[in-house]
Amino acid sequence: MARPVQYNEKVKTVAVPEGYSGEGFFATTFDQVIGLARKNSIWPLPFATSCCGIEFMATMASTYDMSRFGSERMAFTPRQCDLLMVMGTISKKMAPVLRQVYLQMAEPRWVVAVGACASSGGVFDTYSVLQGIDQVIPVDVYVPGCPPRPEAIIDGFMRVQDLVGQESLRRRHSDKYKELLNSYGIQ
Amino acid sequence: MSEQHITLPEGSIERQTQTLNLGPTHPATHGVFQNILEIDGERIVSSESTVGYIHRAFEKIAERRPYYQITPLTDRLNYCSSPINNMGWHMTVEKLLGIQTPKRVDYLRIIIMELARITDHLICNGVVGVDSGAFTGFLYLMKYRELVYEIYEEICGSRLTTNIGRVGGFERNFTPAAFEKIERFLKEYPVALKEFETMMNRNRIFMERTQGVGPISAERAMNYGFTGPNLRAAGVDYDVRVAQPYCSYEDFEFTIPVGTTGDCYDRFLVRNAEMWESLSIIRQAMDKVKELPSDVYHADVPAYYLPEKSAVYTKMEALIYHFKIIMGESDILPGELYNPVEGANGELGFYLISDGGRSPYRLHFRRPCFIYYQAYGELIKGAMLSDAVICMSSLNLIAGELDA
Amino acid sequence: MSLTNDYIKQRLAEKFGESISQVEESFGTMSFTAPKDLNLKVMQFLYDEEELQFRFLTDLTAVHYPNRTGEELAVVYHLYNFKERVRLRMKVYTSIEDTRVFTATRLFESANWMERETYDFFGVNFVGHPNLKRILNVDEMTYFPMRKEFPLEDQTRTDKDDEMFGRGGHIGI
Ligand code: SF4
Repeated sequence: MARPVQYNEKVKTVAVPEGYSGEGFFATTFDQVIGLARKNSIWPLPFATSCCGIEFMATMASTYDMSRFGSERMAFTPRQCDLLMVMGTISKKMAPVLRQVYLQMAEPRWVVAVGACASSGGVFDTYSVLQGIDQVIPVDVYVPGCPPRPEAIIDGFMRVQDLVGQESLRRRHSDKYKELLNSYGIQ
Repeated sequence: MSEQHITLPEGSIERQTQTLNLGPTHPATHGVFQNILEIDGERIVSSESTVGYIHRAFEKIAERRPYYQITPLTDRLNYCSSPINNMGWHMTVEKLLGIQTPKRVDYLRIIIMELARITDHLICNGVVGVDSGAFTGFLYLMKYRELVYEIYEEICGSRLTTNIGRVGGFERNFTPAAFEKIERFLKEYPVALKEFETMMNRNRIFMERTQGVGPISAERAMNYGFTGPNLRAAGVDYDVRVAQPYCSYEDFEFTIPVGTTGDCYDRFLVRNAEMWESLSIIRQAMDKVKELPSDVYHADVPAYYLPEKSAVYTKMEALIYHFKIIMGESDILPGELYNPVEGANGELGFYLISDGGRSPYRLHFRRPCFIYYQAYGELIKGAMLSDAVICMSSLNLIAGELDA
Repeated sequence: MSLTNDYIKQRLAEKFGESISQVEESFGTMSFTAPKDLNLKVMQFLYDEEELQFRFLTDLTAVHYPNRTGEELAVVYHLYNFKERVRLRMKVYTSIEDTRVFTATRLFESANWMERETYDFFGVNFVGHPNLKRILNVDEMTYFPMRKEFPLEDQTRTDKDDEMFGRGGHIGI
């Protein structure tokens, strides 16, 4: 028996950015178009070390399905990814590895710290745990929770999308940004 | 291993092996382990593992925290099945204090622990599927894990790191909705599990990929300190639930599935069979719970069990206990004990030394993962690189538990 | 025949006489102390004897007692007999100056990492261990963090206010 074919009619398209349109043309700024494109096709790099990683697993699996937000492609190679999602405790032993992964990513790159541990060390105020990944790499969005619920992770992801969508193309060349990286010892 | 037909001269380039660094963030390693492999083509000649990438100093923290604040730490050991760790810890303290829990508490605990076992095994088996190229099974099973998480949420309000229960019982009674959700899970999950088994168990590709991969003999497994499903897959019927029954497990009927060769395929089958056993245990427990008075959910130990909030506002005594427990001023009897429970990965032991103070003098967790990961090098020696990946996921290594 | 604690005690006393001390039973588990140069011999005896067969090393760890001069560190072994389902706890005391204890890796493969962990945490020096180096902490670490005198928290941090976070052990936590 053939199955009835179903079409998904509930597809939502993104709004057209501001601009001038006339017959056969549409003019707008690069910032907006590129931001729009980047924002809806973020490639996340999950850097999952512990409990929060399991909750991330739920986020990308069937029930919550993060792919709906344009992050279908979960890539595990830093060189191709835009968004580093750090989930879980980062110990001092792991910190250089994390930094290395960050350095390997190409600009523009964003970082989300998911969970209390990645943001601040969480309950582990101990000799072996890094007290927040912002000690070694700059972070764009922090997601609270121990672990954050999948909804919270998705929310954090959407915040990153907002940042990505609004970012000026010049930001990464600005002195302020260079200064920020320099403060982490990154050239 | 195929034979070599051509004799290579000494020092020829084909004779040289190369070093491959697998981890600590390699996509094929679920969790943070580093394996430095010496490979000859696709074959692994030798390997060296490094662990400790998420060492969080649980044992040191435990020496500084009052007893009830240690429960959240145990959550984070094996986070795929936190309730087992929580309850193992509660039972250790109860044993030290000589608290007898009512039968209903035991049965409710068993329901939760077996649910946790199921979630742990389903992730493990799902991931074994993923590593052998079958992503579908994983996605299907994950849907049912969400059902279990909803049950946890109904009972304790949290999903993954549950911090469920108290010393002496549960913090609140199970709601009718919780029982309904359990019933729903019991009805729906077997269908999915059956489907999953039909897809995998006799699947030619899956069998080729897993049979004979990473085998271990019973003797070696025991010498390496294997416990839990991995030991049983090698043919030893050791299960703490039977060998040293706790929490009224002796009231239940279940079998211990065992394998023969201890390879990935056997481990997979043993875990699947255990899920069926767990389902049957939950069924039995649900029936037993129905026959007991429905308002008992903790033992009567006011000095250690946090009183109800309404009582704290109205009764002097409850207020005092509340204060003492919250401030961590309630002392625990001195003593020394080792209390094992059957965690999802094997024997999870709590070695507790109390000097009578507010926090343990020393608390050591026997973490099954940590102990059996040593054997990994031996398991994958001479195997293909892709087999090493399956072997790792079928051992079910949980980084949080491994590194403590 | 079921293996009772009394029987084990008797067999140990027969073989090792006075050197086995502090035999006690708590929560059904027998515990005893062996001199540190006899630890391997005792374990081998427990392993080999037909009636004893303690062939599974469940757990190995150490405890630090700073106040017991001369025997500050206790290495604790938990042995298990699969057939009779009996558990046994053996302790070996060693002073903190000379922490050499014989390794159990020849007998049990599982002792390998557990001893490394014990070394990492307490600095117990297992003589004859094939690869005794730190396992969980970074190699550069200079102290043994589980010893009682070392603090839990990282001392180099400045971002958390000591008073607010209860560090240093002056209030409740
Ligand atoms: S924030 Fe909580 S859940 Fe997340 S890694 Fe840390 S301890 Fe685990």
